[in-house]
Amino acid sequence: MEAKNNTPATKKPVKHLDHVVIRFAGDSGDGMQLTGTQFTMSAALLGNDVFTFPNYPAEIRAPQGSLYGVSGYQVQIGSHEVDTPGDKLDLLVAMNPAALKKNLPDLKKGGMIIVDTDAFTNANLQKAHYESNPLEDGSLKDYTVVEVPMTSLTREALKDIPIDSKSKTRSKNMFALGMVYWLYGKDPKYTEAFLRKKFKNKPDIVEANIKALKTGWNYAETLELMPVSYIVDEAEHHEGKYKIINGNMATAWGLIAAAEKAGLQLFLGSYPITPATDILQELSKYRQLDVIAFQAEDEIAGVTSAIGASFAGKLAATTTSGPGLALKGEAIGLAVMLEIPLIIIDVQRGGPSTGLPTKTEQADLMQALYGRNGESPVIVIAAKSPSDAFYRAFEAAKLTLEHMTPVILLTDGYIGNGSEPWKVMKLEDLPDIHPPLVKKTLENWHPYDRDPETLARKWVIPGTPGMEHVIGGLEKDKESGAISYEPENHEYMVKIREEKVQRVKNYIPEMKAEFDQEGDLLIIGWGGTYGALKNAAKVLRDKGHKVGLAHFTHIKPLPKGTAEVFSKYKKLVVAELNLGQFANYLRMNLPQFRYEQVNKIQGLPFYESELTEAFEKIIKA
Amino acid sequence: MTTQIKYTFKDFASDQEVRWCPGCDDYVILRSMQKALPLMGIPKEKIVFISGIGCSSRFPYYMDNYGIHGIHGRAAAIATGVKLSNPDLTVFVMTGDGDSLAIGGNHFIHAIRRNIDLNIILFNNEIYGLTKGQFSPTSLIGQKTKTSPYGNTQPPFNAGELALGAQGRFFARVAGNDAKRQTEIYVEAQKFKGTSVVEVMQNCVIFNDGAYKFWTDKAVRDEHQLFIEHGKPMIFGKNKDKGLVLEGGELKVVNLGENGVTEKDILVHDAHNPDPAVHLMLIRMKNPIVTGIIRSVREETLEEREAKLTEEVKASSKIKSYNDLVNA
Repeated sequence: MEAKNNTPATKKPVKHLDHVVIRFAGDSGDGMQLTGTQFTMSAALLGNDVFTFPNYPAEIRAPQGSLYGVSGYQVQIGSHEVDTPGDKLDLLVAMNPAALKKNLPDLKKGGMIIVDTDAFTNANLQKAHYESNPLEDGSLKDYTVVEVPMTSLTREALKDIPIDSKSKTRSKNMFALGMVYWLYGKDPKYTEAFLRKKFKNKPDIVEANIKALKTGWNYAETLELMPVSYIVDEAEHHEGKYKIINGNMATAWGLIAAAEKAGLQLFLGSYPITPATDILQELSKYRQLDVIAFQAEDEIAGVTSAIGASFAGKLAATTTSGPGLALKGEAIGLAVMLEIPLIIIDVQRGGPSTGLPTKTEQADLMQALYGRNGESPVIVIAAKSPSDAFYRAFEAAKLTLEHMTPVILLTDGYIGNGSEPWKVMKLEDLPDIHPPLVKKTLENWHPYDRDPETLARKWVIPGTPGMEHVIGGLEKDKESGAISYEPENHEYMVKIREEKVQRVKNYIPEMKAEFDQEGDLLIIGWGGTYGALKNAAKVLRDKGHKVGLAHFTHIKPLPKGTAEVFSKYKKLVVAELNLGQFANYLRMNLPQFRYEQVNKIQGLPFYESELTEAFEKIIKA
Repeated sequence: MTTQIKYTFKDFASDQEVRWCPGCDDYVILRSMQKALPLMGIPKEKIVFISGIGCSSRFPYYMDNYGIHGIHGRAAAIATGVKLSNPDLTVFVMTGDGDSLAIGGNHFIHAIRRNIDLNIILFNNEIYGLTKGQFSPTSLIGQKTKTSPYGNTQPPFNAGELALGAQGRFFARVAGNDAKRQTEIYVEAQKFKGTSVVEVMQNCVIFNDGAYKFWTDKAVRDEHQLFIEHGKPMIFGKNKDKGLVLEGGELKVVNLGENGVTEKDILVHDAHNPDPAVHLMLIRMKNPIVTGIIRSVREETLEEREAKLTEEVKASSKIKSYNDLVNA
């Protein structure tokens, strides 16, 4: 991605901003995800830092105009590093009354709303449960409302293009995008190129979309209600090549990189489940890299086929979300017992049960740690941002292969679907991976002989002559590896499996706090909340508080140095999107500290503002 | 492979003590398999036994090959991962009526649907043995078990019907006490490319003893068991005097020599007929019970399709490595 000249061709005055937060909202069929993605790509290509978050309904095409059919795409663009999609909106594009109603609470006082007035019919107002038209009843007086008859303007502009009437109406999202491009001084040329490529066999559709886009841009240029164009300057240019990547794609690529680095082929056994399906879809594209992406008949077959693949010598993974992790529990226990490499990726969503399939939550932590029968320890790690998902997936592979024990990688709907620039990593820049693979005949070998340092057993795959052996879910003798029901042997084996996981401590980075190394408050978090916690820490420090941030990507085992870091602060607060699962895990492992909690369970990420407020209360208490 | 290694059955016996009940047909299955493997000409390190849970599933421990004793019902799914990962391996799924037709029913039917080259040996004893005597999905209506003390009310699955309903291309049935035919059938099942299901009617001496006596006992088996072979007329009886004819869309038993019936009137078994209609009728017959390879229809396997597609994609893609991918 190269930075390009960021000068708009407007004749109106230009004002410079540090960052802006924009949300495109409409019916789930209105193309809001595409519109948002296009804006993001253009902003990034023009040098802004970006962070996005799509928010879409569980229903594919909910009834038109209904509140539960509203689909949204939020993006923050900045002239400095941005770590979240932003709290409050500067601009809301609402394609119908339902989109306005649902998203208005997130708009800043004084923010701008662009609405398609053609969609504000009585029928649509009723569907959105408006008693009177908000465009007329004065309820929007705190905002700048830009009323645009977008549908009719688009249809009028496209009247000579020989496409059906529905397709003309559908182009209104490009009209809206054109207006937003004007407002933020973005050149629409990248979107034009995109449209030409996407519809290369449908020249009329290309023409219609580009015409709508340009008409929107020109309309904004002449509109009195838009007196100023706002420019978010280029962010500091970092060396290297960047790609906008969402967490699910980053996860998929991390696995591909790890397989190649380890000299193995990748096998994914998976079953479609929101919001994890994208990983399966992404990996389905890479047969040319010998990736086997096996869509199984159910969640259990997803994980068990991966276990079979691991036994046969593949880097094996399974991807899922909370309900699927519950179904995989028994099989993960089998992998613990077999002591073979296996990566389980849980893109967490709101639960329990089907819960909030398209919304985010961090409530599968206890399930990941303990959601199996028996003493069943696995390594648990968590990605902190969309781009971090790449490194965590890679690390999950390295740990599982080198320590011969399953790894659960927790991401969530927010980072899985959220996207940000990821610095393209070349294979040679990534650490080596050395699985304990044995391809020759060893004398006096037993399947459960262990490496004295890691306690990992050897990985001997079918096809290796003279090393035939059977492994299984029954307890085995610590020496021979044969079935054993001996009481003391069982206790020994339970302890050694736990110890093997604990020794991973020696192979992961020590805990280090960010910001103040001692002080009033240590903010503790894990996984996908990193961006919001970091921003909150910055705000508190700007206000004069001494605040550190201890963000965990390694949960089991906890990194070395954790207690030392915790001991340097007057107060500790654990902020997470559940009722306090990590806080309780810390209470169990490090009971010498007192932990305050900040929790949110709304299917939404933390907002910096609510965090700052909660943390200040704790500091002052 | 450079030289063909000559094995005997002993080469496939592990050092583990066999722990099935004395008199169990499982011993016959074990020995028949150990005798079948040397006939297959496959290096022993390329043979994998995957099992689930149940008496049948202890099988891999007694073989000197690679194996996984898995979890209940999931053997076919584990085996699918093994075979997709390394199609060069010969993969057996050792499973039972509870393991594959109840808790693992989904994996069983989907493995068959995909036609992946697994050899599923289904030990059917019409009872749960390892949990000590509850009815299974193949138990008969009225059968008294520990969980059906007044008689079972759930109609049974016929494993063959289920396999063919899932588009099964290879289905064989064999008596649990018939060592010789088991060995032959295991060899044929292994040779067959695609999912093969061998239903072994295995007697559980403890919890369902004698379930198959009426057609497997030496004294009666010639009269009540019809062993069929492809291309041969379906004749049975001690004196080879009975046979099957197809009449009015149904299979009927006729006596040779009566009413002018001669051998050329008897139906000739066509295991390769893609139409499963006659195969299903054979599978459903109650008297005689039909054994042998009932259906064997070669179709493209999953791994053949996978390999072909992967080659095509590789040939047309510029992406050869991770670095190509991220730089594209």
